[in-house]
Amino acid sequence: MTITLNGEQVPLEGALMLADLISQRYGEPRGVAVAVDEAVVPRGSWLSYALVPGQRVEVVTAVQGG
Amino acid sequence: MIAGRTLSSRLLLGTGGLPSLALLPQVLAAAAPGMVTVSVRRTSSQAEGGLLDLLSAAGVPILPNTAGCTSAREAVLTAELAREALQTEWVKLEVIGDETSLLPDAIELLEAAEQLVRRGFVVLPYATDDPVLARRLEDVGCAAVMPLGSPIGSGLGLLNPHAIEAVVAAVSVPVVLDAGVGTASDAVLAMERGCSAVLAATAITRADDPVAMAAALRLGVEAGTLARSAGRIPRRVIARASSPMAGLIGAEAS
Repeated sequence: MTITLNGEQVPLEGALMLADLISQRYGEPRGVAVAVDEAVVPRGSWLSYALVPGQRVEVVTAVQGG
Repeated sequence: MIAGRTLSSRLLLGTGGLPSLALLPQVLAAAAPGMVTVSVRRTSSQAEGGLLDLLSAAGVPILPNTAGCTSAREAVLTAELAREALQTEWVKLEVIGDETSLLPDAIELLEAAEQLVRRGFVVLPYATDDPVLARRLEDVGCAAVMPLGSPIGSGLGLLNPHAIEAVVAAVSVPVVLDAGVGTASDAVLAMERGCSAVLAATAITRADDPVAMAAALRLGVEAGTLARSAGRIPRRVIARASSPMAGLIGAEAS
């Protein structure tokens, strides 16, 4: 029972909301966006988004480039 | 002016390649760019955001890019993430077709541009210096086109200035010279050939003195803009004296 977070396998113990995963891992990040299985999940929906085993979560931010 | 928004400068700055983020404020001050591009990547730790803080302190608009994407699907998702993370509809669309040359994949680019315009984005596509592709990009609703002067990071300048002129002539949206600028004269030339703006990253960030080069490119863009509007003299194959012949000493009185 795992999900993939930015390419890393993360165990999923019981029900976990996306908002909890983000705050456990990143605190209260600004300027980030999240995609689950290649679909953007708006910040306003993190609290009500229940993660399911096998999902691929990407958390991104702006870096120097271009 | 792009998509109804007047930018404060015709120089756009890419932030990739700076040896230290601490240099960015000075580079921003010297370049005074109209927009600054950033890339979108996986966040690695807590308390990132130094880059965004610097840019917001400088008050410069952010233009996220889709650098590194190799398919329309990837580029569209990256643009969607950038819009969510940075709260801007603007995107510099890059879809790379070849890891060696970093040249755009025209087919994937056009597909991604069309999808993003439909989803409400202001799309500025990085493209080859091909007037036909430029027109197709304009036709699907891109707000500007950004032809390359030469490959990304090459510093070779405008390898084909005539092609850049042909792109300028082909579209009615602004043309932003993107990629290949190596030094100030390249920026001058781009503006003289009719570009509306120049985007430079490596030329500045990897120069020995990024702050001085930032100022040089700003002045280059200004010089080229002025020269373009001043109207250059036609090229001639023979000399034409600039001093009068009349009154030359030793001549017969007239």
